Amino acid sequence: MSQQTTQHRKYEARPPIASVGVIGWIRQNLFNSPLNSVLTIIIMAGLVQLLPPVTKWAFIDSVWFTSADVCKDTSGACWSVISQNLRFILFGFYPYDEHWRPITSVLILFGLFWLSYYRQFWSKKLLYGWLVGLVVMGVLMKGGIFGLVPVETTQWSGISLTLLLSLFGLTAAYPLGVMLALGRRSTLPAVKTLCVIYIELIRGVPLISLLFMSSVMFPLFLPEGVTIDKILRAQVAIILFTAAYIAEVVRGGLQAIPKGQYEAAEALGLEYGLKMRLIILPQALKVVIPPTVSILISAFKDTSLVIIIGLFDIMKTTKTTLANPEWMGFSTEAYIFIAILYFLGCFSMSNFSRNLEKTLKT
Amino acid sequence: MKLMKAGITAAVATMLFMAPAAQAGETLDAVKARGFVQVGINGSLFGFGMPDDKGVWHGLDVDTARAVSAAVFGDPDKIKYIPLTAQTRFTALQSKEVDVLCRNATRTLSRDTELGLNFVTVNYYDGQGFLIPTKLGVKSAKELDGASVCVLPGTTTEQNVADYFRANNMKMKPVVIEENTELNQAFFSGRCDVLTSDASQLAGIRAVAPNPADYEILPQIISKEPLAPAVRHGDDQWRDIVDYSVLAMIAAEDMGITSANVDEMLKSTDPNVQRFLGVTPGNGKALGLDEKFAYNIVKMVGNYGEVFERNVGVNTKLQIKRGLNAQWKDGGLMYAPPFK
Repeated sequence: MSQQTTQHRKYEARPPIASVGVIGWIRQNLFNSPLNSVLTIIIMAGLVQLLPPVTKWAFIDSVWFTSADVCKDTSGACWSVISQNLRFILFGFYPYDEHWRPITSVLILFGLFWLSYYRQFWSKKLLYGWLVGLVVMGVLMKGGIFGLVPVETTQWSGISLTLLLSLFGLTAAYPLGVMLALGRRSTLPAVKTLCVIYIELIRGVPLISLLFMSSVMFPLFLPEGVTIDKILRAQVAIILFTAAYIAEVVRGGLQAIPKGQYEAAEALGLEYGLKMRLIILPQALKVVIPPTVSILISAFKDTSLVIIIGLFDIMKTTKTTLANPEWMGFSTEAYIFIAILYFLGCFSMSNFSRNLEKTLKT
Repeated sequence: MKLMKAGITAAVATMLFMAPAAQAGETLDAVKARGFVQVGINGSLFGFGMPDDKGVWHGLDVDTARAVSAAVFGDPDKIKYIPLTAQTRFTALQSKEVDVLCRNATRTLSRDTELGLNFVTVNYYDGQGFLIPTKLGVKSAKELDGASVCVLPGTTTEQNVADYFRANNMKMKPVVIEENTELNQAFFSGRCDVLTSDASQLAGIRAVAPNPADYEILPQIISKEPLAPAVRHGDDQWRDIVDYSVLAMIAAEDMGITSANVDEMLKSTDPNVQRFLGVTPGNGKALGLDEKFAYNIVKMVGNYGEVFERNVGVNTKLQIKRGLNAQWKDGGLMYAPPFK
C-alpha cells in the first residue's frame, strides 16, 4: 500500500516553478499584463529613487533626543523637536506637575473605546461604564475636589482639547442630526420649514465662519458682564455644524427604506415614535454607517480649525513650539508627527465602523 | 501682529458703538473681586508672548502684564492669560473677556478712536524692515527695484511694503505666503529676493537660517509700529494703573533701580527715588493702589532694561539691540514722566 502511494507521488506533476511561490505571486499580481508590467517597473524605479534617501533622512541620519543645537548640525531628521517638546505639544498649558491627570483621562477614554469595539461587551454595563468614565475624566481634568488642584478650562489644551472637542462634538451632533433628519421629513409644515432652514443655513457657510461668529460676534450680544467659556462656544459651533451634515446623510438613509416598511409598521398599528424607533431608524441608520463615519472623521479633523480663534488644540501647540526660533526650522518633522496622530485617530474610526458594519451584518 | 481684515474691523467697529461705556473704577473693583487680571496675549510670538515647553508664559508683553498684576495684587502671577488671534483681540477687550490687551498691538488713530481702545505707554517701538541674502550685494532698501518680496498676506506689512515701493518709484513682485514657517523657508530656498517683516522678527528669522552669515538686515525701517498695551474706553482709573505700571519699569531703569538693588534703594536719600518706591507716600493712593506698587513691580518683574534683555535682548535668540527702545538719555524713546 505504502509502496503504491510513493509510486503515485512520483508521477504527480508539480506546477511549473514560475507559477507558484514568490515568483508565481509576482507574475500573477505584478506582471500579468503588459500595462501592469510597465506600471510595476515605473513604480519600482520610483521607490528605488525615493526610499533610500527617505530612510536615511528619517532613521539613519536622524537624531531623537538631543538639543536644538545638535539638530542644526545633522543632515537627517530632527525628531528631537517632538521629544523635547512632547509634553507641551500633548498637554499645552495644563499645569506641568499635574500632567498625570490628562494622561489618565486619555487612557480611560482609550480603554472605553477599546471595550466598545467588541460586541460581547455591549451591554447596559458598558453604558454605565461610559457614564462613570466621563464623570471621572471630568473630575480629573477640572479638579477642585478630592484634593485635586482646580484647573480652568482655559488651560485645557493639546490633545486633551482635541479629544474633548471631537468626542463631545460627535456624540452630541449625532442625535441632533437624526432629529433634524426626521424633522425635515415631517409632515408638520412648521417643523419641516425650521429644519430645512437650519440645515441649509448651516451647510451654506464654512465652519470657520461659525467659529468666528461664536468667538467674535456672539460675545457682543451678551448682556453686560456675562461671558461664556470660549471652549464651550467653539464646542457648540462644532456640534451645530456637524449635526447639519449628519442630518442630510440620515435623511438619505430614511429615503432608502422601502415604502413597504413604513406601511407595514403603520399596519401593525405603531404610532410615529414607535414606528421610527423599532422599524425605520434601526434599518436606516445601519445603511448610512459609511457616510456617517466619513462625516465624523472629517469633523474630527475640522476641530483643528479652532486654531483661528486662539484655542490651543494639538495643532496650535505644535505650531507654537515651531514659533520658538530654536525649533523654527524643523516644521517637517513636527507636522509628520501630527499627521501620524491624526491618521491613527481617523484610521481607528474607520476601522471601528467596518467592525460595526460586520457585527450588525449590514 | 497687525493682521487686521478690513471687513472684520468694520463689523467690530459698528458693534462697538453700541457698547455701553464703563464706569471709572469699575475694572479695578472687578479685578480685585475676581482675584486675578485677565490678560489678552499673543500666544505664539517668541520674545513677546509665548509659553515655554512647560507651558509657562514668557515675553516682553507677558512681563508687562505681570507688572500690572504686581501693582494691583503685590503678586506678579495673579493672571489668567487668554491667547487671542489678531482678529479676535479687540472684541475680547470690548466684551470684557480681558481687562488689558498686551498683544503687540500697533497704536493707530483708528484703533484709538473707532475701536474704542485706549493705548497706554508704548512698551516696544517696532518698525518694518528687510532681510536680504548678502550675495545680493544690496546696501540700501532703495536699491531693491524689481525685487520679489516675501510677505504675509492681509497685514499692514503687505500694505507698508507696497506703499514704500510706490513712493520710491520702484517695482516689486510680492510673493504672498500665509504661514510664517513656510514664508521663511520660501525665502531661504531663494523663491524671493527679500523678506519683509517687523524688525523684531527679522533677527529671529535670520537666526534660523541654514547659514545666518549669508543673510543681513538692511538698515532702513519703512514703517512705525509703536506696540502698546491697550484697555477699554471709559475707565480712566484702570487706564492710569496700566499706564503707570509700564512707566514704572521705564522710570526704574532711568533712576538706576533694578530688581537686585531695589531693597538698598529704599534707603536712598534721593526724594525722587523715595517717592517712586513709596517711602514717601502719595503715588499709590493717587492711583488707588498700594504705596509699594512700583517697588513691587521692580522687585518682582524688573525694570524695563532687565525685561528687555531677558526677553528680546542681544543675549536671546532674537538678538535685538536697544535702538529706539533705549532710555532717552541713551538716544532712545523710553521716557517716563516724574512720579510725583
